[in-house]
Amino acid sequence: MSLPHADDPAELAAAIAAGDRAAIAHVLNLLDDRRDEARKKTTALLAHLQQDQDNPTGQLIGITGPPGAGKSTLSAALIRVWRARGLRVAVLAVDPSSPISGGALLGDRLRMQTSTEDDGVFVRSLSSRGQFGGLSAEVWPMSVVMLAGFDIVLIETVGVGQREVDIARLCDTTCYVAQPGSGDSVQFIKAGVLEVPHILVVNKADMGNLATRTLSELEAALKRTHPDGHWQVPVLATSAVDGTGIETLADALEEHYQLLRGPQLALRRKRYQAYWIHKRLLEEFGSFGIDQLGGEESLLAQLQAQDMNLFKQYDALRLRLYNRIQDTLE
Amino acid sequence: MSQETVKRDRPWLMRTYSGHSSAKASNALYRTNLSRGQTGLSVAFDLPTQTGYDSDHPLARGEVGKVGVPINHIGDMEALFHDIPLGQMNTSMTINATAPWLLALYVAAAERQGVDPAQLQGTTQNDVLKEYLSRGTYIFPPEPSVRLTTDLITYTVENIPKWNPTNICSYHLQEAGATPTQELAYALSTATAILDAVKASGQVPDDRFGDVVGRISFFVNAGIRFVEETCKLRAFGRMWDTLTSERYGVTNAKQRRFRYGVQVNSLGLTEPQPENNVQRIVLEMLSVTLSKNARARAIQLPAWNEALGLPRPWDQQWALRMQQVLALETDLLEYGDLLDGSHVIEAKVQELIDGAHEEMARVDEHGGMVSCIDNGYVKRELVQSHTRRLRNIESGELQIVGVNCYKESAESPLTAGDESGIMKVDERAEREQIESLQAFRASRDDSKVKAALQQLRACANDGSNIMPASIECARAGVTTGEWSEVLREVFGEFRAPTGIDISPVGNGGSDALEGVRRRVKKTGEELGRPLRLLIGKPGLDGHSNGAEQIAVKGRDAGFEIVYEGIRLTPAQIARAAQEEGVHLIGLSVLSGSHMELVQDINREMEKIGVTDIPLIIGGIIPDEDALALQDQGVKAVFTPKDADLNTIMNTMVTIIREANGLEPAA
Repeated sequence: MSLPHADDPAELAAAIAAGDRAAIAHVLNLLDDRRDEARKKTTALLAHLQQDQDNPTGQLIGITGPPGAGKSTLSAALIRVWRARGLRVAVLAVDPSSPISGGALLGDRLRMQTSTEDDGVFVRSLSSRGQFGGLSAEVWPMSVVMLAGFDIVLIETVGVGQREVDIARLCDTTCYVAQPGSGDSVQFIKAGVLEVPHILVVNKADMGNLATRTLSELEAALKRTHPDGHWQVPVLATSAVDGTGIETLADALEEHYQLLRGPQLALRRKRYQAYWIHKRLLEEFGSFGIDQLGGEESLLAQLQAQDMNLFKQYDALRLRLYNRIQDTLE
Repeated sequence: MSQETVKRDRPWLMRTYSGHSSAKASNALYRTNLSRGQTGLSVAFDLPTQTGYDSDHPLARGEVGKVGVPINHIGDMEALFHDIPLGQMNTSMTINATAPWLLALYVAAAERQGVDPAQLQGTTQNDVLKEYLSRGTYIFPPEPSVRLTTDLITYTVENIPKWNPTNICSYHLQEAGATPTQELAYALSTATAILDAVKASGQVPDDRFGDVVGRISFFVNAGIRFVEETCKLRAFGRMWDTLTSERYGVTNAKQRRFRYGVQVNSLGLTEPQPENNVQRIVLEMLSVTLSKNARARAIQLPAWNEALGLPRPWDQQWALRMQQVLALETDLLEYGDLLDGSHVIEAKVQELIDGAHEEMARVDEHGGMVSCIDNGYVKRELVQSHTRRLRNIESGELQIVGVNCYKESAESPLTAGDESGIMKVDERAEREQIESLQAFRASRDDSKVKAALQQLRACANDGSNIMPASIECARAGVTTGEWSEVLREVFGEFRAPTGIDISPVGNGGSDALEGVRRRVKKTGEELGRPLRLLIGKPGLDGHSNGAEQIAVKGRDAGFEIVYEGIRLTPAQIARAAQEEGVHLIGLSVLSGSHMELVQDINREMEKIGVTDIPLIIGGIIPDEDALALQDQGVKAVFTPKDADLNTIMNTMVTIIREANGLEPAA
């Protein structure tokens, strides 16, 4: 990629903040790149992007739900509403990868079909790459970059179980999309398998009775106050086909964001980052490694108390563990 | 040989699927074909006409007159049939999403010839459901599409009684990989969906429903396994008879007859040693003629060189002569059914019927054919069958002469000529068509056009039959793009599931696949991240089977595949390549517009500053064009003769390595 200021982190950060598509694409590739040279560049860049940690911008929204619930089509409809409201939107669409070949089919763009004339939308597909509980490890660092250039960053994942947990711990607002007629969602909520989302959506409301029934089942099953406190979880009916409920959903997402804004949001973002670092270290070094760093709780607290730089923090801890293992072996 | 006159059956209708460049050029071709003994016409429309765009629409660029004739308005339709009396002609039109419109133009053109529309004979393909599964010339979502289909059916049953309003196609299902059982099941499930919709529309009184059933015809494929194919057609006849009697209570046996036309298999035609296609085509023709009780009503044969490019008039004539030799020289038409009473045939027929019933039950479980398109069930089954076929060719389990065995060949004099055995569309055709369209628009009465379109919109909204308003539009000088745009606004546009989300091959993949996987993985590690590939289908061509197979194979080889389905603009492809950070772009173009599309994509990539992603292309691309494309920077050109997908995968890895400054080998 021939970018004018690709090697100057300050200018690159400024280009991202200005919404320069080529710069954003370039940095996303760098974040994907595991080589040392790329890691050095992204560490320097993140330092520039993270200067205003106490005053975070943008809203990070997670959309999840079972396959076939119509998440991508719903996202496309939401994007149209946001664009009409003048908001710039970036999407990270995560699809599972094949456990055998490591390859993946990333098909979400197909259903999103955003206009090519519109510079206010940017979509990057990601494969889960068999790691991070189904949510690609690149999701958080890429979100950080996208938040610098867009008003809304939407993370879309398929799944039931572990993935909701992960997405709930990395997003400001989580939205669970249920399929009409499938009792699964209700069962998961009752059994406590499903992390309680901030907003519950029954999509395909155009399916009539089936959708109405699922809607009332979910309303009955759900405790209406979110464990976060101060938030009543709305259960909404939407249809991307006839446009039902999309504006209402966008309003609810906005309302939740308003609730979070300010100091609370800054704290949450620090928590996501701590969670991400913990999770990566856990994958790399196992619980042994986490124990060496004082155990999960202490590590998370320690990380949240520090001044932030994602990769610097991560690399420092990693080095500490390497050295300790080295010492033990010698 | 006996010299007495034996009573012979009347031969089937003989046609050649044709049309190109312009209405005038196609008219000349039709008149030549008729003078050579062709007994009906089969019109091929170009992609903009099939997908509802005028020739001057940006998406039409490079596609005008390529795979068929452009028809924008009544003037074009009149020119297409100049000096061909429509009252006596039997015309088959391969047209689906815009079928009501093209029939409306045909009716209006007949009126101008002084022919009573009630006399017209012919067929509109009018089977949109299969377009979502294969071929890809759909426009609207399934529901309004079914409504347009039923409107055309009910209109013709009432007003053009000898017309075949729909040709339910199993042809394209086989091209997409369907087994004979799947072909039977999905075609009959489609027919059921359409007939149920006609019934539900309330436009036909119950006592006349037999007339509707009696006008339903089929368009079937015939592959090289000609014994099984014959059995498939006998199975079709028997299943249709039972279905129409039991489900729709049709008592008149004549109305329950399985009537079908055929185009024999294109999927099995090979680019290597293309002369072998002649015997393939002849054997395939046998499968639809051998059994008198299951014989085709109309046959069109592909040309031997279809896999190389556009056939010349001489190639089409050769295909017609094959039919004439079988019908006129052999004694086939002198006998009753040759296969009645054969235990072997009977057992096979029964096996196919049983299998088809099982699959039809599964379609019902998934909510019927229309739901199965929406939820991707049928598409996934087809992609799976096709993948299995390609894996069998790869492993040698399925032998194809000249492709995976007996590959050595002497040089063929057939492909040695200056034009390398194919026809070229005149490059001026598109420009001339656009000029004539613009002149036509300038000459019409705008107030009439406006009024007719308003009426059309009202009908689309209130649910009344679309045909009368469409015929009025045709008379008023409305264009194909205008008619379609009004309906797009009312019904919306649709994108079909790609069906590529099927399960991967396991660890038991072949050694060749394991080798590719290792290279993909290693190269990804050297470049710091997994290899990503964008597969793009630019232009209006909807033949996505090839792109889908590359996508599935690429995933199995370890690539991360970004695939957005069909009908993308060059700007969309350039943009997706940038946003997704891919290492390689692979294009698939089968319509012949590869030169224009590659130019446009290169331009769009430059515009947004993407200059370092290598581009490869696959499609029906003549050698001469392949060289020109490589001059424009395309790194590899694949054609149907590149049948080994592992080789293609390996080439892709090598190209990525070279583009990133790595050693090509490894």
